[in-house]
Amino acid sequence: MRQNKSLRLHVPEPTGRPGHATDFSYLRLEPAGQARKPPLDTSVADSADLAYSLIRVLDEHGKAVGAWAEPDLDPELLRKGLRVMIKTRIYDARMLIAQRQKKMSFYMQSLGEEAIGTAQAMVLQKGDMCFPSYRQQNLLIAQDVPLVDMMCQLFSNDMDHLRGRQLPVMYSMPEYGFFTISGNLATQFVQAVGWAMASAIKGDTKISSAWIGDGATAAADFQTALTFAHVYQAPVILNVINNQWAISSFQAIAGGESTTFAARGTGTGIVSLRADGNDFLAVHAVSKWAAERARNNLGPTLIEWVSYRAGPHSTSDDPSKYRPADDWSRFPLGDPIERLKQHLILRGEWSEEQHQQAQKEIEAEVIAAQKKAESHGTLANGRTSSVSTMFEDVYKDMPWHLRRQRQQAGV
Amino acid sequence: MSQQKKANTHPMTMIQALRSAMDVMLENDENVVIFGQDVGYFGGVFRCTEGLQAKYGKHRVFDAPISEGGIVGAAVGMGAYGLRPVVEIQFADYFYPATDQIVSEAARLRYRSAGDFTAPLTIRMPCGGGIYGGQTHSQSPEALFTHVTGLRTVMPSNPYDAKGLLIAAIECDDPVIFLEPKRLYNGPFDGHHDQPVVPWSKHPLGNVPDGHYAIPLESASVFRPGKDLTVITYGTMVFVAEVAARETGIDAEIIDLRSLWPLDIDTITASVRKTGRCVVLHEATLTSGFGAEITALVQEHCFYHLEAPIERVAGWDTPYPHAHEWAYFPSPERVGNAFKHVMDESPGRFDSGAAGAIAGGR
Repeated sequence: MRQNKSLRLHVPEPTGRPGHATDFSYLRLEPAGQARKPPLDTSVADSADLAYSLIRVLDEHGKAVGAWAEPDLDPELLRKGLRVMIKTRIYDARMLIAQRQKKMSFYMQSLGEEAIGTAQAMVLQKGDMCFPSYRQQNLLIAQDVPLVDMMCQLFSNDMDHLRGRQLPVMYSMPEYGFFTISGNLATQFVQAVGWAMASAIKGDTKISSAWIGDGATAAADFQTALTFAHVYQAPVILNVINNQWAISSFQAIAGGESTTFAARGTGTGIVSLRADGNDFLAVHAVSKWAAERARNNLGPTLIEWVSYRAGPHSTSDDPSKYRPADDWSRFPLGDPIERLKQHLILRGEWSEEQHQQAQKEIEAEVIAAQKKAESHGTLANGRTSSVSTMFEDVYKDMPWHLRRQRQQAGV
Repeated sequence: MSQQKKANTHPMTMIQALRSAMDVMLENDENVVIFGQDVGYFGGVFRCTEGLQAKYGKHRVFDAPISEGGIVGAAVGMGAYGLRPVVEIQFADYFYPATDQIVSEAARLRYRSAGDFTAPLTIRMPCGGGIYGGQTHSQSPEALFTHVTGLRTVMPSNPYDAKGLLIAAIECDDPVIFLEPKRLYNGPFDGHHDQPVVPWSKHPLGNVPDGHYAIPLESASVFRPGKDLTVITYGTMVFVAEVAARETGIDAEIIDLRSLWPLDIDTITASVRKTGRCVVLHEATLTSGFGAEITALVQEHCFYHLEAPIERVAGWDTPYPHAHEWAYFPSPERVGNAFKHVMDESPGRFDSGAAGAIAGGR
């Protein structure tokens, strides 16, 4: 057959670049309350539509509507969720400043994504294990982890229980069901599946929760995790946070153009949902549904959380070089804190005064924790763990060559 | 080999010995699980896991999708939970898709979490050539593992060691890369491919105890004592070195490293300080191969005892060929020539360095 036209390589582009507003119509949004709630034992085929839809509970007035609204949800839980989100945001802001002051080398905020980990942490149980990426600090904050412990890791100081070995934000807290964070993207996604398989092998009741960003879904371990989760029906929640950006790359470059990340799950045979990641109530309801499926041996669930990375990728990043400066203000799903606040006020369970008071209290709490953490040292003043610890934990017992090198290092 | 244990031993091939090790560990430790491609119902393409699923059930021994990264990644997660996974990569040539999980995760888990999480995995991989396996069924990638901090790399050369080392590897709390020379699965092989294969049942090291025993990691064995020179080797090349010693009449002391890294430095230095000469021998390609590390260690630890430059005999720096198998595989003749060369060499000879580099080819 004769070729008439030259072939052309398609390279996806975001609609918005610096100086040009983003057209968010690609998001496939649905009004709140529209998406149905399938039975826990739904089949992939029967729920496939939900992978292309959007589960939302809070409408534009802050009212909880539709099948996913949980009428008996304790307002105390919601107030707790709101406080955790506020705390996460304030923590991030303070740590960003501390990084600028060179008290640590690096930091990553989770601005705009606070609802997802916070609400899911509230449906998980003691003993479950999260396999987070580097932007789920709210999983820890939601469990009231002492902020001092988190900050000591950031400062790599002499109280850092990781002994200054890891970059800031690469926390490891098994006692809070928080797996050690790796710099290598997506690796934890399949490990979470393995952990869940182990729980099933042992006849345990624990489940795992895997976390990945939109960009990292392009890594091989993402598809591998889906395949293994499906094949062995592992009790795992597979969370994809689609914050639209992987550093400077728009989610279309990760394979999001004309499709959804939830659809990947469906294609692999996993019941998959797509939900509003900035809607605390939706995150809570959908996470609870997925956790119940896992606990009832009904298999894995993949959830694409649609959100927006409001802040820079990291302290080493300047988003104004690749996207509009005011992008977040036009993102249709808004700010998770504002939306939950509006909902609670609408129900008479919260007020502007309480909100301001909570912010003040939390700010004071974070500052006090920071002061305490800094009293144990920061990278700036070099109060770190002993250099000799650098040679420990490579193996369970130190082999001869490391003992020798430790001696050569003079420590 | 102690003859006292004879009542409790059986002739086994390396395949049977490895299977026996896994059987023992499945029995002894309920956290041991085994999975990989075709290892479950079918019992493995090399029969190493035959019968184990029937005996222990699908929850302990099971088939896995064709995804090396998935197999190792899932095993890392299982290890974090508290299991002790023993996983199989069908051929060492196919571990590459699992590299990120091995190097970035399994090897680093204990270090980066300061001991919060560990990866007590054993990753079994049939390796090595001499079987007309061509490019992707013959490789010896050990140097890619010995370079990784946090990994232990082990390779047995006979059924007795295979079982004892595999049990030690499974019991070890560090991640272990367990390389199995498939050329030795059914019998020892000395490189004389034109001669009939002798089965393990005719070799003393094919006599294997039934129950539990472990050979400590980081312990080399003096496979053949000798006084003329020291051969530092492992896997199939142990037998090639042995036949080369016989054929040249050179009284070579053959050290079978067994644990490649971390290794048993004391056995190496004691031997080289005694003989004053050293040949390093492996199937893997020469440049930046594990032999380079051994050579550097011997030079560093035994310099004043050396009577001649250290010689290396290795696979050529090419991908593993199919038709030219026996021109590639370090033959008894090449090894014997290296022995002779090391014995002839006198220190300070002007051409010793260049002569050493090409000696293996003559």
